[in-house]
Amino acid sequence: MRVEMFTFLLTAAICLAGSAGVVLLRNPVHNALSLVATLFGVAVLFIQQGAYFLAAIQVIVYAGAIVILFLFVIMLLGVDKAEGLDRDPILGQRPAAIAAAVAILGLSLTALLSVGSRVTGQASTLAAIDGSEPNINALAKVLFTDYVFAFEITSVLLTVAVVGAVVLSRKAGPAIDAAEFPEGTTADLLQAKHDAAAVEQGVLEEVATEDETPEGEAETAEEALR
Amino acid sequence: MNLIWLIPCLPLFGFLVLLVAGRKLGDPGAGWWGTGVVAASFLVVVKVFFDLLALPEEERSLTQTLFTWIPSGSFKVSIGFLADPLSILMCLFITGIGALIHLYSIGYMKGDEKFSKFFLYLNLFLASMLLLVLGDNLLLTFLGWEGVGTCSYLLISFWHTDPANASAGKKAFVTNRIGDFGFMLGTFLVWVTVGSINYADIGPAAPMIAAGTATAIALLFFLGAVGKSAQLPLSVWLPDAMAGPTPVSALIHAATMVTAGVYLIARLNPIMAQAGWANDVIAWTGAITALVAASIAIAQTDIKKVLAYSTVSQLGYMFLAVGTQNYVAGIFHMVTHAFFKALLFLGAGSVIMAMSHEQDMRKFGNLRKYLPVTFATFMIGWLAISGIPPLAGFWSKDEVLAGAFNAGPAGPVLWFIGLLVALMTAFYMTRVVIMTFFGSEKWRLTDDPHEAVESADVESEAVESEAVESVDLVGASVAAADHGGGHGGGHDDHHGLSPDHTPQESHWTMTAPLVILAGLSIFGGAINLPFGSDFKHLERWLEPTLAYEHELPPVPVLVLLAFAAIAVASLGIFLAYLVYSKHKIAAEKIERPVLAHAWYIDETYAKVAGGPGEAGFQGLADFDGTVVDGAVNGVGAGVLGIGNKLRPVQSGLVRSYALGISIGGALLLAFIVTRMNL
Amino acid sequence: MLALNETWYLVLAAMIFTIGAVGLLTRKNPLVMFMCVELMLNAVNLTFVTFSKALDDIAGQAIVFFVMVVAAAEVVVGLGIIVAIMRRRQGANADDISLMRG
Repeated sequence: MRVEMFTFLLTAAICLAGSAGVVLLRNPVHNALSLVATLFGVAVLFIQQGAYFLAAIQVIVYAGAIVILFLFVIMLLGVDKAEGLDRDPILGQRPAAIAAAVAILGLSLTALLSVGSRVTGQASTLAAIDGSEPNINALAKVLFTDYVFAFEITSVLLTVAVVGAVVLSRKAGPAIDAAEFPEGTTADLLQAKHDAAAVEQGVLEEVATEDETPEGEAETAEEALR
Repeated sequence: MNLIWLIPCLPLFGFLVLLVAGRKLGDPGAGWWGTGVVAASFLVVVKVFFDLLALPEEERSLTQTLFTWIPSGSFKVSIGFLADPLSILMCLFITGIGALIHLYSIGYMKGDEKFSKFFLYLNLFLASMLLLVLGDNLLLTFLGWEGVGTCSYLLISFWHTDPANASAGKKAFVTNRIGDFGFMLGTFLVWVTVGSINYADIGPAAPMIAAGTATAIALLFFLGAVGKSAQLPLSVWLPDAMAGPTPVSALIHAATMVTAGVYLIARLNPIMAQAGWANDVIAWTGAITALVAASIAIAQTDIKKVLAYSTVSQLGYMFLAVGTQNYVAGIFHMVTHAFFKALLFLGAGSVIMAMSHEQDMRKFGNLRKYLPVTFATFMIGWLAISGIPPLAGFWSKDEVLAGAFNAGPAGPVLWFIGLLVALMTAFYMTRVVIMTFFGSEKWRLTDDPHEAVESADVESEAVESEAVESVDLVGASVAAADHGGGHGGGHDDHHGLSPDHTPQESHWTMTAPLVILAGLSIFGGAINLPFGSDFKHLERWLEPTLAYEHELPPVPVLVLLAFAAIAVASLGIFLAYLVYSKHKIAAEKIERPVLAHAWYIDETYAKVAGGPGEAGFQGLADFDGTVVDGAVNGVGAGVLGIGNKLRPVQSGLVRSYALGISIGGALLLAFIVTRMNL
Repeated sequence: MLALNETWYLVLAAMIFTIGAVGLLTRKNPLVMFMCVELMLNAVNLTFVTFSKALDDIAGQAIVFFVMVVAAAEVVVGLGIIVAIMRRRQGANADDISLMRG
């Protein structure tokens, strides 16, 4: 009991410190690292409540993939410079935000603490957590039976997200720009090559050489182009 | 397989094809195509007719619902067709006569620049008319009702390069609009009262409708019928409608469209049965219209206008019949009238063609020598409309009058008015026949009637001609009618009637319909002979739809009435013979200027509409402009102002939006916390 | 010593959530704003797992799984958008991207 309490208090402190860091630190890289701390804390709390699988993907997907993605974007865009936090350009945004936050927190705490330590609601009869069954098996059972439709829809959602991200972050403008290809576009190059080959063909027919070097050259040029 | 949907869809298909390829088909291809689809539609009607006939009497009602047109809560309107004895009877003569008139038009419109367009409109008209008749609910009927109105407008002002024709079209359109408003209000009232606008629901629900509501519904629909069927006081458009090509006058303004009002009243007969005094209004309107129109017809000199007023008068007969709840007689007269009036109009068209598009009867004469087929068929039409047995007109008119005689205490008065109309009808039709086909060849005389000294009857008409000219000055709408033939089509250089003109009989496409219609005018009466129930085919056929028990007078009275009718018709013919052939009585004693001016109805309307009417409408327009528009624009401006004030909220700053969400979340949380059982 | 129960976890989650919200509202760097959103999501995940344990229901953990997937997708697309924006405007912050104002 004491160990549990100790663990909880420690992770809670880490979580709160991490979230405070996300909000208060000026450098986006520091924000991202603080976020990792919070995510780890939450993963520990998941384990404490028996949600082992979720704790694992919390670490792997959230901390391992999403935060890395954040860091990538920060580095890519070079926005890792500090942001001024001293004043807000929108009039009254900060006081209003703090007021709203205080209201939300205050009301939630009122609701939570006034009822004592009981959770209202119906205990499950269908998807009860069986102590003998591993957590991952139980989760898999409901995911692939009761929630199979939602599960399939998330796959569609992810596909759409991937396609959307590709479309959004693709560079605008022509696929090949003039700076990269000073000689002209691909079509121009191919046309020029074709003309050259035709001339070469004519020369070949006149001179009647059986040497295939010009064609070989054309092929290498084409490959280089690719 | 149920083919009902094909009946209106075939002409509609014809219309669409003509719309796309009309010019390619050209003259006469477009005409043959138009005739073909209508004839095909006729064959389908015949097929459906026999389908119905094969069913037991009480089940003779086929419905076909194609799809839901307007689903809106409990208000649901389907595109559905109702083929029952009444609608199929209507379809039979609409498509039958329609096909004949299409055929006739191929000859009549030959060489016109807009030849294919004419058939385009005619096909659209027939599609709309069949929709009107076959629709299984009031809204679908209204769709057809408006469709035929539109086609009527388009065809009246077919030769629109002449402003007189265009204004005649407008007049018909505007006058019909007054009636349409009655139709719409009636539909709304039916919806509110019955909760459905399907005929299938109205019938069973009708006995439950309160008498007052039923009367209101009946009067509103009668207003619609008055507009469409040119009854007083909305009769003014029909004579002007003669500005259109003659086949149009025959098809739309004599045989089919103008009878839609009668059809509507007959279709709504379950409501009419509850409507109390509304029926008397209908009967009296019909009787008075018949009388007034017949009196006007006596003094007209334009052959088509005589027939137009005659149509108004005969429609009055039909309303007299349905107003006295004698629906079968009304429908019977509608059918026979369609036969002989179409025949008369087509005959008149043939005459007009032969006379280089001259319509003034004072320039005709002795045409029997030149137009033998037209003459013979016109004679049959004349006898039929005059009410000479055994032609079709006699039987139906006799039935209308006999029914009127027995209709309550006022019955004999209505009957007497009807008899008077019969007298006038025989008189003016004889006048037309004598002036057109007998006597001297007056177009060979010099054009100015003042210099003509040869015969008394030419002189007498000179007076009348001045009267007509003064009418011309009154207004464009009246002028439109007098210029009926003055259309500016390419082929139609009218007034080209020179003294040495020799009329020629028309092409077979025009005479063949004449002959067929003449046959129908002779034998058409056979569908409902009054010699006992074995001969009353029409009555038995219509029984499932029009199950109203109508009592006829006892047989001796019936025979007496019939003989009175025959005597009166003969008297009319004889009188006209005395006046126009023997010149025993001067024509101007009968052709009063007030009649030539159509009782000054048009002029009165023009004065009322131009004076107080215009001022009133200007007032309404001002009210609309300031108060109504002011309110609407005020609301708009207010919303715009608030929007401008609120616009800065959309700052584009993501963090402000996030703040908004946070505050909202906090408020939501506060709400939940206050609701908690603490 | 107080016993460790669900309330402790939930209070901690509420605090992390609030801190994340404050960061989201006050920071201007879009990347840091994203990190704050992740903080808030983690707080919510923590409550889900807590309730899952308290109510003995594995469904709470399944929901956390889906939240993680959606968060990953969101980060991918969001960072793609940030990259696209930064390419056009070096050093832009969240307040600069306010073209869609009324």
